[in-house]
Amino acid sequence: MTRTNDIILRTTTSLIAFILIGFSVYLFFSGHNNPGGGFIGGLMTAAAIILMNMAYGSEAMAKVLPVNFRFVVALGLAIAVLTGVGSFVFGQPFLSQTYAYFQLPILGKTELATALLFDLGVYLTVIGVTMTIILTIADDRG
Amino acid sequence: MADILDVTQSLIQIVTTICIVVISISIVMLLYRTIKGPTNPDRAVSLDSIGVNLMGIAGLLAILLVTTKFNDVILLIGILLFIGTVALAKFLEKGVIIERDMD
Repeated sequence: MTRTNDIILRTTTSLIAFILIGFSVYLFFSGHNNPGGGFIGGLMTAAAIILMNMAYGSEAMAKVLPVNFRFVVALGLAIAVLTGVGSFVFGQPFLSQTYAYFQLPILGKTELATALLFDLGVYLTVIGVTMTIILTIADDRG
Repeated sequence: MADILDVTQSLIQIVTTICIVVISISIVMLLYRTIKGPTNPDRAVSLDSIGVNLMGIAGLLAILLVTTKFNDVILLIGILLFIGTVALAKFLEKGVIIERDMD
């Protein structure tokens, strides 16, 4: 097979992947008061990684991003369970959530909720599951 | 003053409804190309255009329902459309979507 020249795809990918990851982080943090949340944010991050895989090949991406995504699933599930168990420390039922207002340096008065930590677990689990499925299917030619 | 406001509001609603109808007709014609299209690249291009029209309908619906919650959805459709079209083009061109080693 002749070598193909896909410089346009690679250049646009390096631009669009940044926008995708920024959008996914925005969706992740806006999930409390707007549409979004851990699930769709994780799917967007996985979409960015898949786009980079399509442009650069899976071998190069394994060097750039040396992550075994099965461990990401385990990490996400562990974070989600630990936020539930953490409410036992304060004598509350399992998975109790709370929030408080803090004075942050740049953002000013901000509402920080412990539901964000649970959402982080969902986010990591969704990334891990999606990337495990896609990369397992993609590698069938040996 | 209230008259002008009413007229403007009904004007926006009428124009948005007409635009939704026109885009729907465009989607139906693109669906004809998707089903009938002689080759697979024809179908890929028409599916891409259907997605662009879908973004337009989502924007018009956001105007009609007076909400800003659809703006994320419009950006999302655009991103998924780009990734889907790139995957389809790579499959038609090379036969594999995620290559193992690209020189």
